[in-house]
Amino acid sequence: MLLKKLSEAFGPSGFEHEVREVLKEELKDHVKEWKYDALGNLIAVKQAETGPKVMLAAHMDECGLMISSIDSAGLLHFHKVGGLDDRVLVSKPVLIGKKRVPGVIGAKAIHLQRPEERTQVIAHRSLFIDIGATSKEEAQSMVSVGDYVVFATTFGEFGEGMVKGKSFDDRAGCTVLAEVLKEEYSMPVFGAFTVQEEIGLRGAGVAAYAVEPDLAIVLEGTTCSDVPDAEAQMYCTNIGNGPAITIMDASVITNKKMVAELIRLAEENNIPYQFKRSITGGSDAGRINQTKSGIPVVVVSVPCRYIHSPVSAMKISDLEYTTQLVKLFLRSIEGGFRV
Amino acid sequence: METKEFLKQMVEETGVSGYECKVAQLVRQTFQDVCDDVRTDVLGNVIGLRKGEGEGPRPKIMLAGHMDEIGLMVTKIDDRGFLRFTQVGGVDQRTLVSQEVIVHGKEDLFGLIGLKPPHLMGAEDRSKAIAMRDLVIDLGLPVERVRELVSVGDMVTINRSFIELGKETVSCKAMDDRAAVAVIYECLKELTKLRHTADVYAVATVQEEVGLKGATVSAYGIAPDIGIALDVCHGAMPGVPEQDTAPMGKGPNLAFGANIHPKVFEQMVKVAKEYNIPYSTDPTPAGTGTDLWAMQVTRSGIPTALISLPSRYMHTSVETVNLNDVKMSGRLLAMFIASIDAAFVEGLLCY
Repeated sequence: MLLKKLSEAFGPSGFEHEVREVLKEELKDHVKEWKYDALGNLIAVKQAETGPKVMLAAHMDECGLMISSIDSAGLLHFHKVGGLDDRVLVSKPVLIGKKRVPGVIGAKAIHLQRPEERTQVIAHRSLFIDIGATSKEEAQSMVSVGDYVVFATTFGEFGEGMVKGKSFDDRAGCTVLAEVLKEEYSMPVFGAFTVQEEIGLRGAGVAAYAVEPDLAIVLEGTTCSDVPDAEAQMYCTNIGNGPAITIMDASVITNKKMVAELIRLAEENNIPYQFKRSITGGSDAGRINQTKSGIPVVVVSVPCRYIHSPVSAMKISDLEYTTQLVKLFLRSIEGGFRV
Repeated sequence: METKEFLKQMVEETGVSGYECKVAQLVRQTFQDVCDDVRTDVLGNVIGLRKGEGEGPRPKIMLAGHMDEIGLMVTKIDDRGFLRFTQVGGVDQRTLVSQEVIVHGKEDLFGLIGLKPPHLMGAEDRSKAIAMRDLVIDLGLPVERVRELVSVGDMVTINRSFIELGKETVSCKAMDDRAAVAVIYECLKELTKLRHTADVYAVATVQEEVGLKGATVSAYGIAPDIGIALDVCHGAMPGVPEQDTAPMGKGPNLAFGANIHPKVFEQMVKVAKEYNIPYSTDPTPAGTGTDLWAMQVTRSGIPTALISLPSRYMHTSVETVNLNDVKMSGRLLAMFIASIDAAFVEGLLCY
């Protein structure tokens, strides 16, 4: 299953190699031409003579960690890569570097804590990774400073139609994009699997500059906060309610005509949809929108609970409806589209 | 069975205090190969008996390592099917965020404990640990299904596989104290190669994490001449004073102080030196916080000793132990047992 392979692939921002390989392998029968750039963006090119030039973008990178130093006891200290809350780090297994060396992030035993410590956040700077080494030399023979680290989370199904795994933000979007690229279109379609979104939307801008599309669609796995102690108006998105369409986020105001067309298609084809109901957080759409003399964009997202943590959850039907809606949109603009 | 494999199976099995039956079944089956008899008492303690040589009365030595683990218990199913929970044993609430769990309902159900998204947290929220009362378990099921499958009072464990770190370190939940049950197993295997006069009662105890309940009743039932508890102690790590820890990979840690009979401790040290088994010691003035605390005052009093395995990150779900420490602890325990005769036991009452 593609989503499983992508979710379990190793790819913190700046180190997206494994994700790229999974995608190239998956699409080898469907994509004849690939473009690469200096940052590592992977761009599937489906050329055609007529129709608007469309770029679809989904980011390959995930939040993770990077080894910053190895101490004399053989324990590893680390930087964070992307927006991870310190509180999700404690008591988790991780994998380090290309060889995927297993490690754990522990914490001082509760028996040794002062009562007030138990309500304080353990800052990531005072946490470390234990790989079972007993000296600096032994640790250095297993890992290196600068190695990237991901959570050792496996993909799985649970509940009713739900899946769990790491990095659904944005391997969910990558999955949708890969499925969309398996079909042929009569207009030029560029599928940009971008890098470095989590550290500041770095990849999408340069990809859009090179592709110079007439319009762009960003595919995301986005926040879903339909959980207890959140008031309903703060849910942002709901699991199981279909693709979430963004009107505005912290980085962009999306194109109204494209939004209207998505809604028309969803309603005509009985595809459930919802709006993303929070304006915080940015996306690659912000960068693409500001590229060259401006590019109209929309964002279509799969709602994911608990993103930016070791394990997130989403509903498979949301992923399928998102794929369906994006394909319908592309079909509907094959003959041209006035933004 | 390889001791490592037994340990792996034990820590991946479930057995929150008071609900140890699954892990108990595994221990019963495994102890059968190295014991003359295995029974289970009323509270669920698994008691393996390995008989000594010669005519009775033979000295009775009881070994206690607890097989229960800390965990969570469902307290409420909300109107959308999310579960609220409380703790069984000393759980650090900060270790629960972003964990995968198994809810032991009518069937085992996978669940997640999520973190509230950042846009719903104020700056003040973000600087504090998340309290257990603010966490929920997400089963990904509609509320009707949750109500069918889950009841208030169901136990919850962290979903964690056994992890091998480097050459000798292993990590999982429930190393506290199934690593000590592995030490007992290692000792029983060692004893099959040795001659010993003492009858050995190998006990995997229950409900240690909620107040040493299993050891209390099993020690009463067995009435041993010597009681030895096997547990974990804090492994050396940054941020913890050296005096509170023992080094990892440097052999068993032997406690001494009021909870330990001085002559049993001395004998343990003597045996360790004789067989070149490395060890560290831990001066403990009062309670050891182990099954030993209960055993010592059972019936008219029992001579006791404590062997501990250094373990980092105790009561998290990534507790580590060193396999060489397990092996050396088992060997020390076996050599100690082989050194005990009736005369030694008699001497324990001479002050």
